[in-house]
Amino acid sequence: MQDNTSADEGRAYWQATIRLTIGLLVIWFAVSFGAGILLRDFLDQWAVGGAPLGFWFAQQGSIYVFVVLIFVYCWAMRRIEKKHGVRG
Amino acid sequence: MLDPWTLFFVVTTFALYIGIAIWARAGSTDDFYVAGHDVHPTVNGMATAADWMSAASFLSMAGLIAFMGYGGSVYLMGWTGGYVLLALLLAPFLREFGKFTVPDFVGDRYYSTTARVIAVVCALFVSFTYIAGQMKGVGVAFSGFLGVPFEWGIIIGMVIVFFYAVLGGMKGVTYTQVAQYCVLIFAFTVPAIFMSLIITGNPVPQLGFIGEAKGEGISMLAKLNTVVTDLGFLEYTETNKSMIDVFCITAALMFGTAGLPHVIIRFFTVKSADAARVSAGWALIFIAILYTTAPAVGAFARINFIDTVNEATYIADDEDYDGRSAEIEAEGGKPVPQWYKDWEPTGLVAFEDKNGDGVMQYRGPNAPDGLENEVSPNNDIFVLANPQIANLPGWVIGLVVAGGLAAALSTAAGLLMVISSAVSHDLCRRTLFKSMDDKTELRVARGAAAGAVFAAGLLGIFSNSLGFVAQVVAFAFGLAAASLFPVIFLGIFWKRMNKEGAIASMLTGLITTFGYIYWFKFVDTDPAHWLFGVSPEGIGFVFMWLAAGVGVITTLATKPPPREILELVEKIRVPGS
Repeated sequence: MQDNTSADEGRAYWQATIRLTIGLLVIWFAVSFGAGILLRDFLDQWAVGGAPLGFWFAQQGSIYVFVVLIFVYCWAMRRIEKKHGVRG
Repeated sequence: MLDPWTLFFVVTTFALYIGIAIWARAGSTDDFYVAGHDVHPTVNGMATAADWMSAASFLSMAGLIAFMGYGGSVYLMGWTGGYVLLALLLAPFLREFGKFTVPDFVGDRYYSTTARVIAVVCALFVSFTYIAGQMKGVGVAFSGFLGVPFEWGIIIGMVIVFFYAVLGGMKGVTYTQVAQYCVLIFAFTVPAIFMSLIITGNPVPQLGFIGEAKGEGISMLAKLNTVVTDLGFLEYTETNKSMIDVFCITAALMFGTAGLPHVIIRFFTVKSADAARVSAGWALIFIAILYTTAPAVGAFARINFIDTVNEATYIADDEDYDGRSAEIEAEGGKPVPQWYKDWEPTGLVAFEDKNGDGVMQYRGPNAPDGLENEVSPNNDIFVLANPQIANLPGWVIGLVVAGGLAAALSTAAGLLMVISSAVSHDLCRRTLFKSMDDKTELRVARGAAAGAVFAAGLLGIFSNSLGFVAQVVAFAFGLAAASLFPVIFLGIFWKRMNKEGAIASMLTGLITTFGYIYWFKFVDTDPAHWLFGVSPEGIGFVFMWLAAGVGVITTLATKPPPREILELVEKIRVPGS
């Protein structure tokens, strides 16, 4: 960190990264531990095709959401990097 | 049962792996440890998927789910959700750090040789427990299909891995893993598509899973629930594990996955932090193809197994199978299927005629008709016998064998890289002989890889007499979650974390988790005594918090890390700074 502007940019970049990470981890927790385990009995009153919803999240849905989460993270990090002038 | 197709697929794929090894020889330690840092993110994603999916994922997981129903979800969520943690919390930062190994990061970030050596111990322990299972899988595949004795099967596997791991290092391993991924995913999905067509009429297993049972007007899962409860099993969509145990096992597998050294080092091979993120996404896509198919295969296999085996009339080995089965059919009965007889000699399926009626009763613990269970299938039988159960052509079976071997060998190679780099780089170059030059280090790395292949082979050969190999996989995930994950995570996200805290944290995680698993696996196996009702498989998650807590408290009680470490953390956090 030679000058203050780049140090400030670095700090802002890091805070934006942390906010994004927490947001995505909330979803990560919600679809797996939430929908697939803790709330599964409640969600099972609905269904995806022939599978109870909570069961489906535990064996299929959570995995699809995980994949989407990582790619959303890549996309959002590129935006954050661009905004703060950080090389990816 | 030496089948020409099996021989054909095994020989062709092995020749391919050796060819790649010769093409991708490593010329420097950069090549050897991290494939020169320039693997394309998608290619690395595919290699990571093969690295990650072991003999257990390929052979055992679908079968486990078939038996456990909803309880099998812990593996599905646990072994995929870890990639979200890896992508968001570890991989891009460790790549930005830009060194070779996990102990490298721990040693540099915590400015301590002691911390580095403890991390080496954790990495070696995790990797050796894991590799023994892979070598055993190779031995089983060879002895079951190619009529080669178990030990010779392992030796053939060792020679192949020796070629590309010792010659090519990470570079050779990366490109063979790509080939192995293609083989294993093809071998897994082809039988799954056919089974889905037979049972649900839908060619996509993921859709068949939530679709209707063909021609019955009810959903496949509802039918399965009725079928299994009629036989006295728990409903397929239920589990007898407590919610807290399901929660903890899933979490331990997730954090363990993120902390496994052989997975982490794959992300050192790409160009940048951004490439590491993208690469984790690709890895999970490639993994998800197998992991979303596996629950469908599990459910289909359970239906198929009950359909074909339950209430079938047994035909003994000394009877003429064809004649006798025609007779049974003429009497309106159901003969024991041919695939069952084929697999009986392997011991993966067994029948004991308890009531002496000559008919195979498959029953759960609470059978409404009060009959005793007489059939005991092994988890692995479902994936192995699926092609035959579904009447698929003979070449599909050969393909499945080649797929199982690809899964086992690719994971073994990834683990070998961790073991050899921990020895040659972290112990020799960075701890014992600091003046070692690059050429010597490369020679030592090759020697260490060769030694590790040999040790892994011995472990595999003796794993048969040491019956605990299957049990110790719990060690690998629990230890990775409790010992390695907290120090890596805190090292990135908490600047204040210091050397004393890291050492205390790793030791706490290592000792408590090891002690708990050892105690409840080998000394006192009564689940009633488990801490908070958490099984040894899930305890890593509980002790991970303890380890992190001890690390934080110790850090706060001792002096902060030096200035250059704070700058190092800044640098890791912000790419290109």
